Amino acid sequence: MTEEVHDVRLQVNGATHAVTVPARRLLSDALRHDCGLTGTHVGCEHGVCGACTVLMDGRPVRSCLVLAVSAEDTEVTTVEGLAEDTGEDDTVLSPVQQAFSDCHGLQCGFCTPGFLTTITAGLRANPDPTEDEARDMIAGNLCRCTGYQNIVKAVLRAAELTREGR
Amino acid sequence: MKPAPFAYRRPETVEEALEALAREPGAKVLAGGQSLVPLLSMRLASPGTLVDVNRLPGLDQVTVSDDEVRVGALVRHADLLAHAPAGERQPLLAMALAHVAHATIRNRGTTVGSIVHADAAAEMPTVLALLGGSVEVASVRGRRTIAAADLFAGPLESTIAADELALSAGFPVLGPGEGVGFAEVARRHGDYALCGVAGLVRVEDDAVTEARLGYLSVADVPTVVDVTGCDPAEAAARALERIEPGDDIHASAAYRAQLVKVLTRRVLTAATDDARSRDARRTG
Ligand SMILES: Cc1cc2nc3c(=O)[nH]c(=O)nc-3n(C[C@H](O)[C@H](O)[C@H](O)COP(=O)(O)OP(=O)(O)OC[C@H]3O[C@@H](n4cnc5c(N)ncnc54)[C@H](O)[C@@H]3O)c2cc1C
Ligand code: FES
Ligand code: FES
Repeated sequence: MTEEVHDVRLQVNGATHAVTVPARRLLSDALRHDCGLTGTHVGCEHGVCGACTVLMDGRPVRSCLVLAVSAEDTEVTTVEGLAEDTGEDDTVLSPVQQAFSDCHGLQCGFCTPGFLTTITAGLRANPDPTEDEARDMIAGNLCRCTGYQNIVKAVLRAAELTREGR
Repeated sequence: MKPAPFAYRRPETVEEALEALAREPGAKVLAGGQSLVPLLSMRLASPGTLVDVNRLPGLDQVTVSDDEVRVGALVRHADLLAHAPAGERQPLLAMALAHVAHATIRNRGTTVGSIVHADAAAEMPTVLALLGGSVEVASVRGRRTIAAADLFAGPLESTIAADELALSAGFPVLGPGEGVGFAEVARRHGDYALCGVAGLVRVEDDAVTEARLGYLSVADVPTVVDVTGCDPAEAAARALERIEPGDDIHASAAYRAQLVKVLTRRVLTAATDDARSRDARRTG
């Protein structure tokens, strides 16, 4: 028996990807394998680690816990969609990306895409977090590197950069 | 780990959804997917068909009346947590929801889905049980209301039939003289609790006339214990007559029993203070 497939139009980072997938295709896999956007990383695949976090209609969600078929008609933003396209050759890093670079929040980089998307949405909701609020913002994302020190610094720095209007 | 194959239906109306559930006995409802998709990926569940209810109209509403906060089946935890009128009329909702997973999971997981899932480690089933709420369900056979007291049958088992769709859950609002409290201990904020307690206390003329506590993560089902007339130590003893905390990799039974004692005291005191101060504001 061949598995039933679905034609799905995914809106990702402002572009439409027409993909044909079985219902069991997770959004994380559709992004990576069907759309070629490998910036979204997959760790635990059951919602615990946060590496696969993307924005759906602006809100952070675990892409490993969403079926690609049910993401139809939503706007998905992956880590690839965070940098600002200047129209020139170069893209400009978003404040959160710039802050990660400045504060060495990137570290080994595996969990980074999930942090970047989570913090991007977190700072929209709370543009001026305290250190405690910064820690709370990222508490659902696991990083095994350095006890979150540089990532917390990067959240606060990103808030600063955003306020400075850059 | 990937899910096994299944057929996928995305009905546009409640009637279509009910027909799909009736037609395919192995079908499961997909709401937020925050419990179901991990089960599929780990192949602990392999339903023949998923009925994705996310497009059904009218189920994403929170309505607040004089009696209850009614939460539609598509209301995400995050939206209920942010709903100011709901939080005002029944403050226990927000107190407990703040402990349900992390914001990213709350953005997608639904409160009604959590209740149907009937995990005794989850916050909202216990809150519904403590407040004496109910769930409205529908199937091709008709509609019915299930009282929280009749809802939780066993570990991860509710009395909602396989072909029934939960449409909403109703949480009674705080009555005059009532106050609430909530506390839990988890290894990390947002993780499932090692033990959690929700409390509801009523006072009249400064005297406590009713006190109930709801326990999560320490029994097979959400467990409500009437502790009216008990001081905190007696309340903890009464709770431990009803629940026998188990051992697992995260905590020993003895440690869990200690948490029952500590959290019982804390929540009973907090809910009593809350009731007194609300009552003073009301009558004062
Ligand atoms: C990492 C992680 C941590 C979590 N931590 C917590 C926590 O600390 N506390 C907590 O309470 N929860 C926690 N959760 C679970 C979360 O709250 C879930 O969202 C919730 O339990 C289920 O809601 P859902 O809408 O996602 O349901 P789904 O996953 O879509 O469904 C769950 C079950 O309920 C059934 N169902 C759902 N809606 C209906 C309906 N309307 N009618 C009939 N059947 C229905 C489904 O068929 C399925 O069997 C966590 C989840 C994850 C991934
Ligand atoms: S891969 Fe999705 S949360 Fe870990
Ligand atoms: S940067 Fe290595 S796990 Fe987070």
